[in-house]
Amino acid sequence: MALPPLDSPQWQSPWRAFAWGLRSITQTILTIVLFVTYLGIGALAHDTHFSLLWALASTLFVWAGPAQIILITTLGSGATIIQSAIAVTVSAIRLFPMVVSVLPLMRTPTTKRRELIFATHLTAVTLWVECHRFLPLVPRERRIAFVHGLGCGLVSVCLCANTVGYFLAANLTQTLGAAILLLTPLSFLFSTARNSREVADVVALTLGILLYPLAAKMNSGLDILVSGVVAGTIAYGVHWWREVRA
Amino acid sequence: MSFSQLIGDWHALAVLFVAGVVPNQIWRMLGLWFGGGIDEGSELLVWVRAVATAILAGVIAQIVVEPPGALASVPDILRYGAVGAGLVVFLLTRRSIFAGVVTGELFMLAGKWWLG
Repeated sequence: MALPPLDSPQWQSPWRAFAWGLRSITQTILTIVLFVTYLGIGALAHDTHFSLLWALASTLFVWAGPAQIILITTLGSGATIIQSAIAVTVSAIRLFPMVVSVLPLMRTPTTKRRELIFATHLTAVTLWVECHRFLPLVPRERRIAFVHGLGCGLVSVCLCANTVGYFLAANLTQTLGAAILLLTPLSFLFSTARNSREVADVVALTLGILLYPLAAKMNSGLDILVSGVVAGTIAYGVHWWREVRA
Repeated sequence: MSFSQLIGDWHALAVLFVAGVVPNQIWRMLGLWFGGGIDEGSELLVWVRAVATAILAGVIAQIVVEPPGALASVPDILRYGAVGAGLVVFLLTRRSIFAGVVTGELFMLAGKWWLG
C-alpha cells in the first residue's frame, strides 16, 4: 500500500485521510511490536491480579507502554499510590518533548489548540516515530485526521492484544512470561536505534542507557530524569559542536 | 474466570486514574500548552528531542537492570546477554528490528533452558 500523491483528490475528505491513517498500521513492523508488547502488558496485569477492564482502561487512558508496565509493577509490588504516581510521571516526562516535536508537523496557521487534544493524547513513542515517517507524505491540512486514524488503529490493536495476553497468562509458564516481558526493552531499543539518523540521536540513546545504572546509584527517585537530561544535553553538545565545525 | 473478576472493583480503577492516567497525561497536555510557539527546526527542539531519546533509553535500561514480574526470574547475565546478542544481530542485519528481537528472545530462552 502506497499513500496517494500529495495533490491527489483522495485527500480532499478528512474521513478518507482518517481511513488512510487507519490502513497505515499495516505498513509498519512497529504494529507487530506493539501487539507483542501489549500482549505482555495484558499478561502482566493478569499475574498482578488486575482485572481485564483495568488493563483495557490503562491502555485507553494512559496509552504509554513503559508507564503502564511501571504502574502495574509498582502497584503490584505494594508501592503506595504516591510512589507509583512519581515513577509513572518520571517515565512520562519523555512525552513532553515528543508532543512538542510532533505537533508542529500537524499544525496549520489556522489550527486551534483544542483540535490537537486528541492527537496529543495519542502521541506515544510509536506514533511519534511513525509521524516523522508518514506525515511528510500527507497534505498538511489532512494530517490531524490521518493521525487520528493511525492512532485509533494502533489503540485497537493494543486493546485486542491486552485481551489475548490476559487470557493467555493463566497458561504461560514463568519462562514464557519472562520472554514476553523482555520483548518490551528489545523492541523499544531497536525501534529507537533504527530511527537514530543523526549522531546526536545515537549519542543520546547510548549514553542514556549507560548513564541510567550510574544515576540509579544516587537513589534520588529521579534516576531516569537525571540520566536523561545529562545524556540528552551531552548529545545536544555533540550536535552543536558538529554544526559549529561544519 | 467470572464476569466480576474481569470488571474488578472501582477502587482499583480510581487508583489507575490517580497514579497512572493523571501523572502520565499531564506531560502531554503541558507539551500541547507550552509547545505551541516552538519552531520545528529550533535548537531548543533538538535538545528536547535528545533528552526524550535519552529518557526512553533510561526506561529500557531500567526494565533490564531492575526487571519487573516474571523477568526477575531470569539471571542478570542472561538479560544483559540477550540485549547484547540482539544488538549485534540488529547491527549485522542492517538494523532489522525483527532479527534483533528474535535473537534476544532466543538467547534468553536458550540460556534458561541450558541453565535448567
